[in-house]
Amino acid sequence: MSALQISQGSSKHSAYELRDPHAEVIESHTLAVIVDNEPGVLARVIGLFSGRGYNIESLTVAETDHQGHRSRITIVTTGTPQVIEQIKAQLGRMVPVHEVHDLTVEGSSVERELALLKVAGKGESRIEALRLAEIFRANVVDSTLESFVFEMTGAPSKIDAFADLMRPLGLTEIARTGVAALARGV
Amino acid sequence: MSQQMAPSQMTGAKMVVQALKDQGVEVVFGYPGGAVLPIYDEIFQQNEIRHILVRHEQGAVHMAEGYARSTGKPGVVLVTSGPGATNAVTGITDALLDSIPVVVLSGQVPTFLIGTDGFQEADTVGITRPCTKNNWLVKDPNTLADTIHQAFHVATSGRPGPVLVDIPKDVQFAEGTYIPPQKARTQHYQPRVKGDLDAITQLVELIEQAERPVLYTGGGVINSGPAACQLLCELADASGIPVTSTLMGLGAYPASGKNWIGMLGMHGLYEANMAMHDCDLMINIGARFDDRITGRVNAFSPNSRKAHIDIDPSSINKVIRVDLPIIGDVGHVLEDLLKIWKSRGRKTNREGLARWWKQIDDWKAVNCLAYKGSGTVIKPQYALQRLEELTRGRDRYVTTEVGQHQMWAAQFLHFDGPNRWMTSGGLGTMGYGLPASIGVQIAHPEALVINVAGEASWLMNMQEMGTAVQFRAPVKQFILNNERLGMVRQWQQLLHGERYSHSWSESLPDFVKLAEAFGCKGIRATHPDEVDDAIRAMLDYEGPVIFDCLVEKHENCLPMIPSGNAHNDMLLPDGDVRNAIKGAGGALV
Repeated sequence: MSALQISQGSSKHSAYELRDPHAEVIESHTLAVIVDNEPGVLARVIGLFSGRGYNIESLTVAETDHQGHRSRITIVTTGTPQVIEQIKAQLGRMVPVHEVHDLTVEGSSVERELALLKVAGKGESRIEALRLAEIFRANVVDSTLESFVFEMTGAPSKIDAFADLMRPLGLTEIARTGVAALARGV
Repeated sequence: MSQQMAPSQMTGAKMVVQALKDQGVEVVFGYPGGAVLPIYDEIFQQNEIRHILVRHEQGAVHMAEGYARSTGKPGVVLVTSGPGATNAVTGITDALLDSIPVVVLSGQVPTFLIGTDGFQEADTVGITRPCTKNNWLVKDPNTLADTIHQAFHVATSGRPGPVLVDIPKDVQFAEGTYIPPQKARTQHYQPRVKGDLDAITQLVELIEQAERPVLYTGGGVINSGPAACQLLCELADASGIPVTSTLMGLGAYPASGKNWIGMLGMHGLYEANMAMHDCDLMINIGARFDDRITGRVNAFSPNSRKAHIDIDPSSINKVIRVDLPIIGDVGHVLEDLLKIWKSRGRKTNREGLARWWKQIDDWKAVNCLAYKGSGTVIKPQYALQRLEELTRGRDRYVTTEVGQHQMWAAQFLHFDGPNRWMTSGGLGTMGYGLPASIGVQIAHPEALVINVAGEASWLMNMQEMGTAVQFRAPVKQFILNNERLGMVRQWQQLLHGERYSHSWSESLPDFVKLAEAFGCKGIRATHPDEVDDAIRAMLDYEGPVIFDCLVEKHENCLPMIPSGNAHNDMLLPDGDVRNAIKGAGGALV
């Protein structure tokens, strides 16, 4: 995985790997941003998105390098290709930002999200919920006579699908972490 | 008694002063208050750094901007917590929009009071996060010196801009280890300065072939330094390519240069805007396709290849899609560009260029700056022409406020070198010019510093005349007084059916008496015949002057590209300006 090409200043493949600049199509991109884990860094990144009117679909952040005090922020954002390029350039020029990776264009990547779902019910619907959870490989992490808490990990779409199925069966609460993503391969 | 402190052990307040000295700071613009008293105590006990006491913190930042813009060195501001910091926000935002290196040091309530709504507490780093390049809250005296050195590095590296270091009062009292600049933490923030050589070679190829090239230069050339301006002149003069510039870039290429075709943009020259519209190669050097420049984006220079040299990657393709981006410092890129162009035989498309210049000369013949003279009323353009004439050849610096007078100054005053023209371009801050002129004068005590002002803008920070008088800064406040908010009035005429809603002042001060109240000289001119003598009196007076020039009240600033129009669709002096802005343009500013 190489860092965003912007710093190379090359024009041969357009400094930005812009695909179709005039397309007004809205794309979804997953960005991994490596930052100094210092006070206010998350506010700085979020402030960029709100201040310039960009979208955040999902955001996760945690320190990934304790010795170097680096955090990895994974942002799923949407916009036209021109807006996506702006977002990357704007992130790239922030002082505490070390690297910006667009996992959507830098080859394939794996994306996973963790969700906890509380399903309340009795009788047949309770058994059905448990059966579906098994199919989706969700684990039961808490159980009472009238409820389950399921834990599941997967692509966001899989969690969406599971939540849709649980809704008629008594889904009362859901907590999701947002997407964590890594590029495939070395 | 404790044992004697090692030389690198000192209080936070002492560290601040030491760090400023080690950074080569000569002047600090500031205003004391509870949360910065320890630093002021250290300032009192030394003589190397001069402190200029302002009258309002906004003025301090504008002075620092004027200082920075006229010297190329970062300006330094010292303010207290709470209102001290919030008052500075307009100036900080102004510096961000115009890429001016300014280091703001703010006091903060002690760390143990942060978050308790303490007296004069404000979330300064929170408030200034979106209007600085970066900011820091220092909670440990051992990181204070390092942070200040980093702040100077960030403010002056890459695309310059304002930074802020927030220092709680207990950190100023506490002792810690001082770190000199050489030992400060290695910065990962190192923006690229060298441009890609392949891309530069491609640009040289385009220059060699272009029939109708134009150099569109901006503030980035001036920020890159005098050497970059020199290289720009060399490129333009050797290749014969016409040069236009944004408001921020005036002076990078001399107005007396043979390739100069004037400022472009909303109130730019007809020939410059037409050249931008009709060119086949646009070379943007350190400008950012601001909306004052582009007019209607989808009609912007429809048939040109566009190259863009900028140190900030986020400037590329932000507004206008370019064909050839070159990310790097203007000076470095121009140096490589000239080297490559010369090594390939200094080729240009001579025939094409000759036809292009003929076309430009035809556009120049339109004489877009023409105005109707008057024998009884002072025309603002006339006043500026006389000011230009009577100050020509002098070591002159000009600042402005914001509005019609600013555009007229840009049109009628000529700048033959960089760092001579200080104006609020991006943010358009009324009240910028007076404090900026003081900052310039502090940096250049012997020079002639003139603030071309409108009376409305000037009133916004007029308290700084006190600063000018106290520090014997002989700034000349050249106020074109039309008793109107001229540009607002012009837009109301153009867009709002001549309904002049709140665009005039009914109780202006007597500026001559005001000058006397401040302890400086007031001069008034009311008739065209008085202008020359009055300007001479202003120039001859050794101290600060407030010059009240009563001008035509309803003069329009032309030419003008009305909002929503293309470059080749300008209002010229003899056009009908009533309701000139129509349709979607009305929603634009």
